[in-house]
Amino acid sequence: MAELEKKADVVIIGGGINGCSLAYQLAQREIKVIVCERSYLGAGATGRCGAGIRQQWSTKENTQLAIQSVKIFEQLEQELGCNIGLRQGGYLIAIHTEHEMSQAKKNLLMQKSLGLDVSLLSPEEMKEIVPLLDTKGMKAIGATFCPTDGHADPFKTTHAYAQAALRYGAHIYKFTDVLGFHKEKNILTQVLTNKGTIATSIVVNAAGAWSPCLADLAGIQLPNKPYRKEILVTERIQPLFQAMVISFKDGIYFSQQDEGQILGGIPISHEKAGYATVPTYDFLQHMSTTLARYAPALQFVNIIRQWTGYYDVTPDARPILGEVTGLKGFLQCNGFSGHGFMLSPMVTKMLADYIVDGKVHPILKKLTIERFKGKHLHKEVAVVG
Amino acid sequence: MKNTILICRCEDITQEDIEQAIDEGYTTLEELKCRLRLGMGPCQGRSCLSLARRILCQKTGKKPSEIDFPSTRPPLIPVKIGTLVCDMHGRIRKKG
Repeated sequence: MAELEKKADVVIIGGGINGCSLAYQLAQREIKVIVCERSYLGAGATGRCGAGIRQQWSTKENTQLAIQSVKIFEQLEQELGCNIGLRQGGYLIAIHTEHEMSQAKKNLLMQKSLGLDVSLLSPEEMKEIVPLLDTKGMKAIGATFCPTDGHADPFKTTHAYAQAALRYGAHIYKFTDVLGFHKEKNILTQVLTNKGTIATSIVVNAAGAWSPCLADLAGIQLPNKPYRKEILVTERIQPLFQAMVISFKDGIYFSQQDEGQILGGIPISHEKAGYATVPTYDFLQHMSTTLARYAPALQFVNIIRQWTGYYDVTPDARPILGEVTGLKGFLQCNGFSGHGFMLSPMVTKMLADYIVDGKVHPILKKLTIERFKGKHLHKEVAVVG
Repeated sequence: MKNTILICRCEDITQEDIEQAIDEGYTTLEELKCRLRLGMGPCQGRSCLSLARRILCQKTGKKPSEIDFPSTRPPLIPVKIGTLVCDMHGRIRKKG
């Protein structure tokens, strides 16, 4: 591997989707950027996630970020010159109770006011979108559906961003561990790694579930906590449906990928914060039971693999972005709470605009760590998995 | 035409595919898995990962002992979803 560069304008810690896409945006704008990744690219949540791209949220900021991100995803293959496996088959969000129905209607109004094409479906209409569903078994009284939601391949997308970043002169160091920082007063000056020291004035903490540990090294406290999340995949079967099916009540999500496999997850009870990685039988059983209730025909399909990853969860389930008080030049790009892949295009664009031009996007302003000082958090409630 | 030396039968990956990915900078089995879907099919890499390791050794000059295998994921053999379905008390149903 090439020797470590000694100096950079920006050092990004974490080679997941956000680190790679930010590296691309900065390199494209002639910023000298270095990415340090402890393992391989996409080794954390990016390479383990459900790959969904959703615009149906309960908070305005997430909806706006997602709508803008989808616009970027839609032209990304052309921009990066590389396949990202984007498919827009929509997200079908099941509604089970009157309480959920009123929240869904509220969300729908807000989403429509932002220009999103989203509608309320009856159980019969749900079956037109995903014929496999047993709406009685899943106890659904309706659903919301947005046809431009979908999924992309996280490995291909990360690869596409990384390759484009390299073409623009970014340096990406895999298997490079950040060990600490040097500061002078309240200003960052150096990043210390196991391969050497890099002088810089801006560090972006895009380390996902490990962001709090990194911030700790810099003397900054983050409220994020890692939660193990489990997921499984089946053998490939013939194409049966295009949409991602999710339920906030049951916590389940599942979709059929391009290659034909069914991919999905569900939370198990008593899950505590921490860095546990062992896959559980409880999950396998709970997921199988719920999946068979939602789509009975799937009981004849073979599960071939289950694995785990982390949600990097903040108190309001929304990301932490931008500057922190107390340490100049230490930017956050973490706390995505399970939605880092789908929000990455717009989030990294806002951060790049801030780093290059000093422009503070109104959403960026709302999502800095400062919000946790206030008493009233505006929590994102539209979360699954 | 695609090089016909097939390495991963489940996911239809050839020696040429693997060599190309190594040239792109993916020099661990875990990365080749992510890049190519190597070993992600029903057999879970039982035959292809050792073959891919040999190609990695040849191309990078590493010893086999220096190359880690990706984590083995449960279940060890494919299991039907219906087999795992249980009732509300967590008991497996007799007939799946």
